[in-house]
Formats: sequence, structure tokens, C-alpha cells
Amino acid sequence: MTGEPWRLTAHEAHEKLRAREFSAVDLTRSVLERVAAVEPKVNAYITLTADLALEQAREADARFAAGTATPLTGIPVAVKDLIVTKGVRTTAGSRILENFVPPYDSHVYEQLRRAGVVMVGKANMDEFAMGSSTEHSAYGPSHNPWNLDLVPGGSSGGSAAAVAAGEALVSLGSDTGGSIRQPASLTGMVGFDPTYGRVSRFGIIAFGSSLDQVGPIGRDVEDVATMLDCISGHDPRDSTSNPQPLPDLRAYLGQDVRGMKIGVPREYFVAGMEPGVKARIDEALRLFEDLGCEVDTDLSLPSTEHALAVYYILAPSEASANLARYDGVKYGFSDRSGQTMWENMEQTRAGGFGNEVKRRIMLGTYALSAGYYDAYYLKAQKVRTVINREFQAAFEKYDIIVTPTSPTVAFPIGAKIDDPYAMYLNDVYTLPASVAGLPGLSLPCGLSEGLPVGLQIIGNFFDEGRILRAAYAFESALGWSNRLPELA
Amino acid sequence: MVYPSFMSLTANDVLHIARLARVQLSPSDVERFTTQLSGILEHFAALAAVNTEGIEPTAHPLPLSNVMRADEVAPSLPQDVALANAPEQEDGYFRVRAVLE
Repeated sequence: MTGEPWRLTAHEAHEKLRAREFSAVDLTRSVLERVAAVEPKVNAYITLTADLALEQAREADARFAAGTATPLTGIPVAVKDLIVTKGVRTTAGSRILENFVPPYDSHVYEQLRRAGVVMVGKANMDEFAMGSSTEHSAYGPSHNPWNLDLVPGGSSGGSAAAVAAGEALVSLGSDTGGSIRQPASLTGMVGFDPTYGRVSRFGIIAFGSSLDQVGPIGRDVEDVATMLDCISGHDPRDSTSNPQPLPDLRAYLGQDVRGMKIGVPREYFVAGMEPGVKARIDEALRLFEDLGCEVDTDLSLPSTEHALAVYYILAPSEASANLARYDGVKYGFSDRSGQTMWENMEQTRAGGFGNEVKRRIMLGTYALSAGYYDAYYLKAQKVRTVINREFQAAFEKYDIIVTPTSPTVAFPIGAKIDDPYAMYLNDVYTLPASVAGLPGLSLPCGLSEGLPVGLQIIGNFFDEGRILRAAYAFESALGWSNRLPELA
Repeated sequence: MVYPSFMSLTANDVLHIARLARVQLSPSDVERFTTQLSGILEHFAALAAVNTEGIEPTAHPLPLSNVMRADEVAPSLPQDVALANAPEQEDGYFRVRAVLE
């Protein structure tokens, strides 16, 4: 075996596995050696599963020998640690689940295993996916492989950092308000949050149930399409899983984009956006024009500014209900030093949850409490309808909507940790599509001050194919694919 | 619509919310969360200005409702597996302190 197989995209590695240039065990060993070299600096994983990975790699080699391999057989992946894996500790980044070993598999992990992937480990994340930097992980922050003093974004920061650092070829994250797209943007990777309902939430530790969606992070658009193909589809164990038939997403790659109508909402170009980000986005829009797309920068989505408040009322409200299950009775951390069951429960939750999780549980509890429900929760649900309608009106005119993914490039660890609202503003461009349940993809569109800038492509419900078509054409034209930072 | 305490959560409000949420807070927690939560709520006040007259609330982004499955018995986790993560168990049950004082 020559070279450094951990540098390959999944589709490149697949070709070499098929050609027997190296085995799945060789590929996995290459990734595990890379993990041994850089993980102390990056902290992309909460739990490493090296022995399991080698066992799965041997199974993958047997599938290549038997002729039953898929495009993902033998591919080393990182799995966000809120995706339940049978027999492998799953913490959701929280101390309250530090010893939780799930007795069953999530739907998405079943799908990945059916395809024959190799799991390198469980990726670091903000506790219960609440955060935009991984600094809210109980297992320490992940570091951005482009500059180790910076955050990789969040909440799926470990999933993004692992792929960018060569500690996995692709990964799974989850997105509630931007948690796949924003870390993909900050690490120069491609991240795809599919339509709400496209991917089953069975076995996904819940945060905001009307918003949570699992999706892939990879080094190019093709890998992300392959991963999404694998994990999508109807699952009767999730009542919100959509029975829509799934098209072959890879078929959209390479299709012409001439004549595609692109709307660019002017409300996204406001104070707070770094000049370097704006410059890359402006160039990206010109590139789309060069490709023959019709770019209209006069689209207005007037309620954009309200998406942040809507999200930070609805998501914490749903979280306050979802996280009521962590009571120290059935599983997880349990403080039993009190005199009564209620005392134990309050102490367990005090000791098991971090500050951001406590803030959001209390915010949600308040928004749902007697006297405030109409003013906060119901009002936010109504404004959610207004935001959805504005998007639907836009899709009457445009095929896709293009925006920046994040107002800034990666920021220093510690810069926003004491100011919750400043941290929330990181998601200002990703929240509106989340609130509407729409699919959104982030892909790199260049560098600002040596750090990656992400471009967001939002599509209509179940129109992932059109997003991939535009993203693939853009990526090919820009010539940016699988660009990995040199870790110092 | 009136938003009586959008900008003015008191320490007592925070203690009440924490009690509803079953989270024990230290005095320094109460101080920190009173400031931070008030600050966050202040930013939500702008929602009041959005005209939502006659607008239906959205609970879920897609038009799916009342998804049912056939009412058939299917395999479930065996008792020992379901209890395997329990902090304390006894005779096949989760064990807790007395609920009634």
C-alpha cells in the first residue's frame, strides 16, 4: 500500500478498494494511524471504536471478495454521539449519559451497517446538540483542523473536524438549527441537512423533535449524496418519517444547471457579516451566473429576522419536554444522596446537565408555562407559519435559494462562551430553513483570512436532487473538492 | 398583547422555573441565569410586532398527521436488557427512593 489512503474521498477510496489497490483493513489502519497522530490535538471523538472498526473492515473485505460490496463498504465513518449504537456507549456529549450503553441501533446506523461501513468512533458534539462550537461538550471542545485555537463549529463539530482532519472519510451529524451546515462551513467540508422527514429519527437522541434531522458531512458533494442515499427512506418506527419515494440522488450529479433560477434573499446581507465572507459569496454568485444560472439578488424574505426568536422559543420548548426523561431512574448518571425521589431527581439533573442545557430547559419550561404559553410558544408557532409561507412563495419563482452559511469564519475557542446570545447568532443564516423544515446544504466557496467560507443552498421540500445538482456544478467550476488543512 | 415580564425575570421567577424543570440551582446559578435568561427574552420581544391575525400555528413542517400502525404485538426489549442501564434495580423493577413523603 502506498500513499495516505486517509486523504481520499469515499468515492476515490471505493474505486481503489474495488481495484484491490488496498483492502478495507489497510484503509481502516491508515485512518486509525491518522487518529493516533492527530486526535490528541483535535478531540473529534468522544469514544473510539478501533477494535470494532477492524472487525467491520474484515467483514467489508469479505464482501468485496463475495461481490456484494456497496459504494460505502469498508469506508471509515464518524458517527455523531447522539446516534444510538447498540453496545457502543452513546453520550450525546452529556455527563448525564456518560455510562449509557444503548440496547438497540438507530435506523441510520442500521442503514450504514447494511451498506458495510466501518465505524471509527462516536463524534464529539455540544451537549444534546445545543451549541455552535462544541464548547458545550462535557468531554472538552473539538479543535478546528485549520487552526487548533479555533472552534470547528457545532453542534456536529466533532463530525466535521474528524472528516477535515483525516480521522474519517465521511461522517454523520444532526441538524436542528444549523448543526450540520455551520460546522461544515467552518471546517471547509460539505454538509447536508435533508428535508425534515427524509431521514428516520428512530434512535436519535431527541432535542427539538419538529426540527431534528440527521445528515452527512463529507469532503465533496458526491460523498454527501452517497451517504444521504444510504440513510434516507421511510421507517415506520418514526411517525414523522416521510413515505415519499427516494430518487437516486447520485443521478443529479453532473446535470446541467443552465437556466436554473437562484434567489438571493437581501435580508441575509445585513450587519454582522464579515467582509471576507461577503466577498466570497459575491464571487460565488458570479460563478453561478457564469454557469448560466439566473441569479436574482432582489428576493425578499421579510420575516427572516424573526427566525432566531422563533427557533429559540420552539427548540428549547421541545427540548424541555424531551429532556424530562433524564431523571436518574432508568439510565445514566444518578445522584442518590438526597432523602426523596424528587430531591434525587433535581440533584441528578443539576449535576448531569451543563449550563447551556439548563438554560434551554428553563427557557423552554418558561415559554410553555401557564401565563406565557400564548405570548411565546403559540406566537412562535404562528410566526413559523409566516416564515414557511414566505419560503413557499419564493419557490414559486426560484429553483433554489443561495445564502452564506455563517456570518463569520471560525472563531477562537472561548470567544463567545460567556455570552449565550452571541453564540446563538452564529446560526442566524441556517435557522430560517430549519424552522421551515427545508433541506439545506453547505459547501466551501473559498477562504477568508486563510479559513473556509461556506455557501448555503436551500431547496424546496424533498428537492434534495436539485440542491445536489447546483452544488456539484458549483464545486466542479470552483475546483474546490477534498481540500484538507495541513495540521501543524 | 401584553408581555408583562419580557425584560424582567426575577430571581424568584428563575427559582420557580427551575422547580418546574426539576433542576436544582445554587445561589450563583440563580444569579447567572436570571441575567442571561432576561437578556435572551429581551431579544424575543420583537415577535410581538409580527401580525399573526388569522394565522394558524405550525407544530410540524409537513402535512402528516395521525400516522398509525397496525395494532399488532411485536417483539420488544427483554426485561433484563431494558433494565441493564438502571442505576439501581430490584426484582425486575427500577429502584427509587420513596415517592410519597
